[in-house]
Amino acid sequence: MSTTVYVPGDAGALSVGAGEVAAAIAAEAKRRGIDLNLVRNGSRGAYWLEPLVEVQTERGRCAYGPVRATDVPALFAADFLETGSHPLSLGPTDSIPWLRSQQRLTFERVGIIDPASVADYVKHGGYQGLERALQLSGAEIVQAVTASGLRGRGGAAFPTGIKWKTVLEQSTAQKYVTCNADEGDSGTFSDRMLMEGDPFSLIEGMTIAGVAVGATQGYIYLRAEYPHAHAALKTAIAAAYQSKYLGADVAGSGRRFDLEVRLGAGAYICGEETSMLESLEGKRGEVRVRPPLPAIKGLFGCPTIVNNVVTLTSVPWILAHGAEAYANFGMGKSRGTLPIQLAGNIRRAGLVERAFGLTLRELLYDIGGGTASGRPIRAVQIGGPLGAFVPPAHFETAVDYEALAAVGAMLGHGGIVVFDDTVDMAQMARYAMEFCAIESCGKCTPCRIGSTRGVEVIDRILAGIDGERNVRLLEELCETMVQGSLCGLGGMAPFPVQSALKHFREDFRARV
Amino acid sequence: MESLPSEQSAAVRRIVAQHRERPGPLLEVLHAIQTSFGYVPEGAVPVVAEELNLSRAEVHGVVTFYHFFRHTRPGAHTVSLCQAESCQSMGAKALAEHARKRLGIEFHQTTADGRYSLEPIYCLGNCACSPAAMIDGRLYGRVTPEAFDALIAQRSPAA
Repeated sequence: MSTTVYVPGDAGALSVGAGEVAAAIAAEAKRRGIDLNLVRNGSRGAYWLEPLVEVQTERGRCAYGPVRATDVPALFAADFLETGSHPLSLGPTDSIPWLRSQQRLTFERVGIIDPASVADYVKHGGYQGLERALQLSGAEIVQAVTASGLRGRGGAAFPTGIKWKTVLEQSTAQKYVTCNADEGDSGTFSDRMLMEGDPFSLIEGMTIAGVAVGATQGYIYLRAEYPHAHAALKTAIAAAYQSKYLGADVAGSGRRFDLEVRLGAGAYICGEETSMLESLEGKRGEVRVRPPLPAIKGLFGCPTIVNNVVTLTSVPWILAHGAEAYANFGMGKSRGTLPIQLAGNIRRAGLVERAFGLTLRELLYDIGGGTASGRPIRAVQIGGPLGAFVPPAHFETAVDYEALAAVGAMLGHGGIVVFDDTVDMAQMARYAMEFCAIESCGKCTPCRIGSTRGVEVIDRILAGIDGERNVRLLEELCETMVQGSLCGLGGMAPFPVQSALKHFREDFRARV
Repeated sequence: MESLPSEQSAAVRRIVAQHRERPGPLLEVLHAIQTSFGYVPEGAVPVVAEELNLSRAEVHGVVTFYHFFRHTRPGAHTVSLCQAESCQSMGAKALAEHARKRLGIEFHQTTADGRYSLEPIYCLGNCACSPAAMIDGRLYGRVTPEAFDALIAQRSPAA
């Protein structure tokens, strides 16, 4: 019988050499006349150990990492297929403490299964949620999602069940389910990992949403920067059609659900839901004025669900295991688990799915191991380029929507970017304004003009021109953008600036 | 504005024909044109507008809204360096400076020999392996200046 070896095909793993490692393993096995079953799984999310190679053994899966292609002959020589000892051996994958401490619900199959195989997906519990949903009425499905306490994981944290209920109540013949896969925040990659490592869970989640509200067409709006996810989704959608999980007769239910991927084109603003809808319609991604809400008048003027990838992929688990099981995780109004992404200057970077409630300190030090550079952490930015910078004084804060809001921060899409003490916070503030200027859709004045003026004012402060007056002007400008912008881009781009001014004022001295 | 040679404008018409029946087809059409031509030539705009029954202003507005659509022919290799916060925390600015010197061009420029185009990009979703780069659709992580030079050397004609 052939031995099964797993080498991730995940873009992040490939970026550090997983493709070369897989080729070297295949070549070495052939040279030695060993029959191997090489599976290209997703990533387990322990990127600090990538490329992470796993061997299926009687004791379960055993891991080696980080493996370079040049290590492969020595691994074979050490008989790694029979778990011989080698310095890169990490033991059984499930006993690696970094992974063992996690609570993986949404990510339960990522890194485990072959993302191109419907059969493997079903074998690991896939499509149980849809099966359950097909026995329920639309209102009952929506009720389950509401009872789970699931809130939008894209950043806005709006209760998913309420959004679905609004779409369900519309009597229009045509409705849509759209997935916002425009994961543009720096420090985030959970959507990408899911789409590459377990794409059927997204397909299943969207199908359940369609069945619930009576929508027959779904669109995944995927950013163009994710070619690997694009390929994985196209493969999975074709396989789902082949297996009759998509199309005119979903799982033999007589219900129709069609699904298509549409590519974005490098505009950060298209992660804002109304801008995304404009873009899906083939237009400039300019933000729409709300109301009307997309749930009432969305894509092509029809009632539309707009949810993030993590939100939709959490739905199959909720349906399969029950709303209560999901709601039992978490704290306060933040129910369930959150896939947190540890990124930037951190030693053990990667994806950490845990129930809400862990403190930043636990995440950054106990799990993340401090900075990669070995220097002290000076600041973390949570929730992408529009998120506040948080100083170490607030590291006892729990990762929870309300607790973070209480210290002037926001959770967003769950990305945490770590900076060591070499960071120049005035430059980071300038970058936030510059990014907003580059990415503004141009529809409203506070964002379009304010961001450009913001860069200029910061430049004047740093040039020593009328420092105090210009700091006051910058604070006023931030306030205007927050209060007067049409959407979150102009409305939140000041958060990193304001937090840098508040916590790291010493960096805003004139420099000559 | 230069109009497209007739065989190229026929190619654009064929691309539009493949997507015309899909709802909201313009972005799909522009992607297909860029895949085929390497960029969206200015002369393609009136052809697409006519075929989709849109104004030239509408098509031009969409082409110029999105950073991903190029207006000039790219070099043989497109090198995109992530400039977002996570990569900045791991030395992306120094890497960009190194790349500018190594290639002798600024962002948004193409080398005189037409081999390399250098582009900034805002997040490749590889933030756990910062700094990140993408060359011709291949993703690279933990890119040091030395690793960058090796990636360029692999793509340079033998000296």
